[in-house]
Amino acid sequence: MTNSLVDSSIATVFELENVNIFYGNYRAVRDINLTIPKNQITAFIGPSGCGKSTILRCFNRLNDLIEIFSLKGKIGYHGQNLYSPDIDPIEVRKRIGMVFQRPNPFPKSIYDNVAYGARVNKYTGDLDELVETSLRRAVLWDEVKDKLKESGFSLSGGQQQRLCIARTIAAQPEVVLMDEPCSALDPISTLKVEELMHELKQKYTIVIVTHNMQQATRVADKTAFFNAEATDKGSKVGYLVEYDATSVIFGDPKEQITKDYVSGRFG
Amino acid sequence: MIRDNTSEQNLGQSLKKKSNFRTWFDRFWTGVASFCMIFTLIPLFAVLIFVSIKGLSRINLDIFTRLPPPPGLPGGGIANAILGTLITVGIATAIAVPIGVLAAVYLSEFSGGNQVAQAIRFATNVLSGVPSIIAGIFAYGLLVATKIVGFSAIAGGIALAVLMLPTIIRTSDEALQIVPQDVRWAAMGIGAYNYQSVLKIVLPAAIPSILTGVTLAIARAAGETAPLIFTALFSNFWPKGLTEPIATLSVLVYNFATVPFANQQELAWAGSLILVVLVLITSVTARWVTRKQVY
Repeated sequence: MTNSLVDSSIATVFELENVNIFYGNYRAVRDINLTIPKNQITAFIGPSGCGKSTILRCFNRLNDLIEIFSLKGKIGYHGQNLYSPDIDPIEVRKRIGMVFQRPNPFPKSIYDNVAYGARVNKYTGDLDELVETSLRRAVLWDEVKDKLKESGFSLSGGQQQRLCIARTIAAQPEVVLMDEPCSALDPISTLKVEELMHELKQKYTIVIVTHNMQQATRVADKTAFFNAEATDKGSKVGYLVEYDATSVIFGDPKEQITKDYVSGRFG
Repeated sequence: MIRDNTSEQNLGQSLKKKSNFRTWFDRFWTGVASFCMIFTLIPLFAVLIFVSIKGLSRINLDIFTRLPPPPGLPGGGIANAILGTLITVGIATAIAVPIGVLAAVYLSEFSGGNQVAQAIRFATNVLSGVPSIIAGIFAYGLLVATKIVGFSAIAGGIALAVLMLPTIIRTSDEALQIVPQDVRWAAMGIGAYNYQSVLKIVLPAAIPSILTGVTLAIARAAGETAPLIFTALFSNFWPKGLTEPIATLSVLVYNFATVPFANQQELAWAGSLILVVLVLITSVTARWVTRKQVY
């Protein structure tokens, strides 16, 4: 495996510069600088409350739905600042899809679940074909091809999560954000989703938040370790401790605190 | 010393039923609760049975096809009132459902729980407690007294619509809020506009519960008399149009039950029975629809 850090031929998708995230007056995350490489899997790890999910939701401006949210700094996406005032968050979300922590299929048939994203995006091609390709890419096709008209709720948790992944990629995004996609799944489903991520990386850029460090070592090319520290006001603020190739973070991290975390000594 | 259930001597205790104060206390209150339950059912069944006994004898084809006869003459039916109730309640439904459901969509999906939304929710709760005759007075003052339409099906329909609105708004609002936030986020995460998420995902998921609310509102409106007495008025003939006075089952019962003619009184009983059955059918439909709830 090549070390992606030294491989400068890899294009950058996101570029975060001095990102600070606020909920009202409360600063949740401070001074994040990092870049997300194209067609790779980047994992965010860290203890609960360090702001990794919050940062992930900034990549597709989903935090806009929270009223008191505000962001200072810059998130570059192929050179465009996602938080510049003339950016349409809905266009952003069409390019940057999201898979959530809990499987959340729509109360519709399996087929319509997948087709929804395409319909929202005014997809003009063959819808049947798109549904099939998306389900195949999500490694779910063989399990559901005979019951596409059945409700998405009829599937097991693992299948539902893969259905949600199929739904996300049917909208033809460039980036897929995953917020602890396996935390509600059993080990076998987890492995399936992880295999799936390796497949998807050929075509998509993936950013995944995970609490499972083994998962990060299994799937991620690069890993960012976040931590939270107490401020003088008594609240906690999240920051980026270390960001490097996954093998470095788990093998020979530069920071002592990273070493402590990945060896399970806290968090 | 603390009693220990696992100690040697306790393990040997008898597990047989005992006849002590607590067992009797328990039985006593179970009995009281059961008695109250049966007591509440008595009026319900008494009404149903009484209405059936009194009304069933006159249920025949004539009831559904003929007009009420002039006082003193035998036979006839109450077809005009059945049709009138359907028309009046139909008008009320056509007005109240779109307004009510859309108001609920605003409250639940677009308001973000702002001051306006809180004011509307409060007003809706107040409106649902307003006596039905006030809704009638309102429609009378607005449409009849001002001679905008006069005594008519439309005036009656609007009075009933005012009564239906709070039920529809409240149940639809609740139905929409039951739809998990996750699903809205999922739709937004794909790049759906708010209206796409509401129209294609949230609203369809809430429809079974909304339908329940609508049917309950219809059932309530169908039985209302007070607001119709001075809006829809009454007529002994077939409905001539939406702007003319119209007969309804509830007002027919009110009018005919109090006159000294046996035939009219029998028709009133038959009308009561049909009204009860109509309301029953609507309620059963409501329950049947709820069965298929999504969330």
